[in-house]
Formats: sequence, structure tokens, C-alpha cells
Amino acid sequence: MIEIKDIHKKFGKNEVLKGIDLSINQGGIFAILGPNGSGKTTLIKSILGMVLPDSGEISINGKSLKNSFKYRENIDYLPQIANFPGNLKVKELIEMIKDLRNSKATNDRELIELFKLQPFLNKKLVNLSGGTKQKVNLVLTFMFDGPLIILDEPTSGLDPISHLRLKNLIFAEKKKGKTILVTSHILSFVEEIADEIVFLLEGKIYFKGSITELKLKTSQPDFEHAIASILSASYA
Amino acid sequence: MLKILKYSFYDLMRSRWSYVYFLFYLLLGVVLLFLNNDLSKAVITLMNVIIILVPLIGTIFGVMYYYNSREFTELLLAQPVKRSSIFLGQYLGVATSLSMSLVIGLGFPFVFYGIFNSSAIWDFSLLLITGAFLTFIFTALAFVIALSNENKIKGFGYAILLWLFMAVIYDGLFLMSLLYFEDYPLDKFSLGATMLNPVDLSRVLILLKLDISALLGYTGAVFQKFFGTNFGLVLSFVMLVCWVIIPTFFIWRIAKKKDF
Repeated sequence: MIEIKDIHKKFGKNEVLKGIDLSINQGGIFAILGPNGSGKTTLIKSILGMVLPDSGEISINGKSLKNSFKYRENIDYLPQIANFPGNLKVKELIEMIKDLRNSKATNDRELIELFKLQPFLNKKLVNLSGGTKQKVNLVLTFMFDGPLIILDEPTSGLDPISHLRLKNLIFAEKKKGKTILVTSHILSFVEEIADEIVFLLEGKIYFKGSITELKLKTSQPDFEHAIASILSASYA
Repeated sequence: MLKILKYSFYDLMRSRWSYVYFLFYLLLGVVLLFLNNDLSKAVITLMNVIIILVPLIGTIFGVMYYYNSREFTELLLAQPVKRSSIFLGQYLGVATSLSMSLVIGLGFPFVFYGIFNSSAIWDFSLLLITGAFLTFIFTALAFVIALSNENKIKGFGYAILLWLFMAVIYDGLFLMSLLYFEDYPLDKFSLGATMLNPVDLSRVLILLKLDISALLGYTGAVFQKFFGTNFGLVLSFVMLVCWVIIPTFFIWRIAKKKDF
């Protein structure tokens, strides 16, 4: 579904992506892991066309992303930091995003119900707490029915119950045959949901495969130690 | 693009600053008209205020809006919307709402004063039109500056410098060069120099229309002599339009290549 070929990206002198080759097939949950500054967000943003790679090519369903914007109709993206125009009310923001995507078939009502956002619908976004903003963010992402979902740190600021609901939501979307890309630092969360992980280290793909394969490769008994052993090996 | 424009515009129309700006002009118009009672003088005073203040507000507001709506912009960038539409829409939203504050804020007192029955209606309309032009020009320049500077403080700094240069320093340099080269024919030079600064251009435009170019001294006299009022007016408008289009083109170009 997503085909990434030899992507390079520099920000000034800082070379963030140093030749990434990755292909992601339709269906399943893929976790992109890596230490801070390893290029996770840059990679995701390249797929979204927010960061323009210096070289290399990305295509989705065989179509190159260059100079195209329509393909984003098929991507539901959850940004890392939930910050919205403060003057808008929650309700208006949801309507606005729907309007921008020309999409009427949405399930925003169920999602609002699920995250118990009804009391906040008429409040201005500037007055919401960080966790509530993240819930609004989740509603905005999951209310469309695109085949590809990209979640950048979806759990940040969520309380345990919302966390649980999010997990169920992700599983439900997976059942529909969607492709879901997730980045997260919460390893227990990743271990629970991910079918396959992609480990980025210093702008390159260090490992791609299932968690069991990672454990075998690093000969560690559990996921957390496997990740830790990669990191300590690279920093040593 | 129209959708983005609509939302930026609504967003701004609800912000306190649009009202403050609107009320300021309302107050200014009322005070000048009803305490002064001389329409022509009121227009000149207004011109002096507009020519300095409108660029300042346009620049500051443009830069501020861009930096404040960064996260929102990122949200939009992930939607199936063209990049250029996002930024041009935001720019037009800011510029339109600022122009509306100006036009309505000043328009009300003048309407109540009875401008429609007065011969000064054209002078007054011209004042509002140049004011709107200046808003569009300086907001566009502010967006160019903000788009090319990731660092907020730097962006604000350059924006203020730009305003200071256009509104104050440019005139100083212009005047100094006129004095320094007074032995040479300076008609074309001063003409060109006026054209190259939208602030000066707007001033000349209004003064030409008011037929009091003597107040402006040399520049105005040159303009009168060279163009006669009508040709000068058209040419000045063409220049103002260029001043809007060129920075807008840069917004489009920078936005196309930028990483977020």
C-alpha cells in the first residue's frame, strides 16, 4: 500500500532520514519506534506531504505523492500535539474539518459518545485541558473512514479509561481491514496492538518485523528488554 | 481556498483584536469629524494616521496570526487541501478582516456625518481604498517574513524593521539623498523612489486627489507635473496592485517548498 524508496531528508546540517526503504502492506497495525530524534515524525510527515524529502520517492497505491494532495482524503492523521484555533468551539471545529474534507459519512456522534465529550461541545478549545484536547483530536481522526490511519503518539495525555477505549477503537478499525501506522514510546501499548514494528535508529531502519522476531534477534526474553538492548548497543 | 478563507475570517472576526481595531477607527472617525467639522482637514489627518498605522497593524497582525495558527496550519496540511490554498486563504482572511475593520470603522462616522451628500466622498473613498491596499500589501509582506522565519522573535523583529524602514527610514533616506544631490536633476529619481515604497505611494495618491500637493513639497510637485492627476492615479494604482501581487506570489512559492 505504501511504498517508500530511499528517502533522504536534511534539516540544515542535521540529517534526519538517511535512506529509508519501507513497504507497508494493506491491513494491520504497524508501530514505528525509535529513540527521540530518530526521524519517526519526519517519516510520517513525509508520507503526509508535510515534509518534502530531499530525494527518494513515496507512493501510495502505486501513485507518487509528488505535487498531489487529493490522496490525503484516504489518510486519517492524528498529530502529536493537539492544538487548535482557540476561538472555535469543539462542535464548530468538527464541522469545519468535515466541511474541508467534503465528507458527510462520518461517525463523529458515536465517537463523541465514546469519549464522553458532550459537555465540551459548546466550549471553546482554548479552555479545554490537554487530555480533553487529545480526545477531540482522536474524534477528528477517527470520524472519517479512510483506509489508512496514522497516529503520532495517540496516548499522550489520556486517562486510563480513554486509553482503553482508544485501544478498542484501534482494534475495531483494524478489523475493517485498515492499515494503521502508530508511533509511541509506551512499549506496553505497542506490544499489545502492533502486528509489526519498524525500528528507526539515526535515520535508518534498524529492524522491521514482528515482536517475536525482535526478541529472537536480540535474544531477550521480553519486548522492553529487546528495545533496551538495541538502544544501549547503539549508544555504547 | 475559499473554505480556508472563510474559516480564517470567522476566526478573526471573533477575536477581540478585530473589535479593538474597529473601535479605534470608529472613535478616531467620530472625534475627527464631529470635533473638527472640517471634512478636508479630517481626511488629511486620517491619511496621516492611516499611512503609518495601517502598515504597522497589517505587519504585526499578519506575523502574529501566522505564528499563532501554526498548529492549526499543520492540521490543515494533513487534510486533502492544496498547500497554496491554505496559506493564500489565511492571508486573504487576515487582510480582509483587517480591511473590514478599517472600512467599517471609519465608514460609520462618515456616513452619519453625511458623506453621501458631500463632495468629499471621492477623497474619502480613496482614503479607504488606499488603506485597504496598504493592509493587503503589509499583511502579505508579513506572511512572507513569517513563512521564511521559523523563529518567532526573529520574524517579529524583521516585521517591525520592515515597517520602520517603509514608514520612517525610507523617507529619511529619500530626503537626505535629495539634499545631497540637489545639484542634479532629481525628478525621475524621486518619482521612482516614491513608486518603490507603497507608504509613500499611498500618501502621494491621496494628496494628488486632494489637490494640495504643495503640502508634500517636491515629490508631489513632480508627480503633478509629470503625470497630471489622472495618469498618476492610474499608475499609482497599478503599482499598488503590483505591491500586492508580488509578495502574494512569494507566499505561494515559499509555502510550496516549506517543511512543517
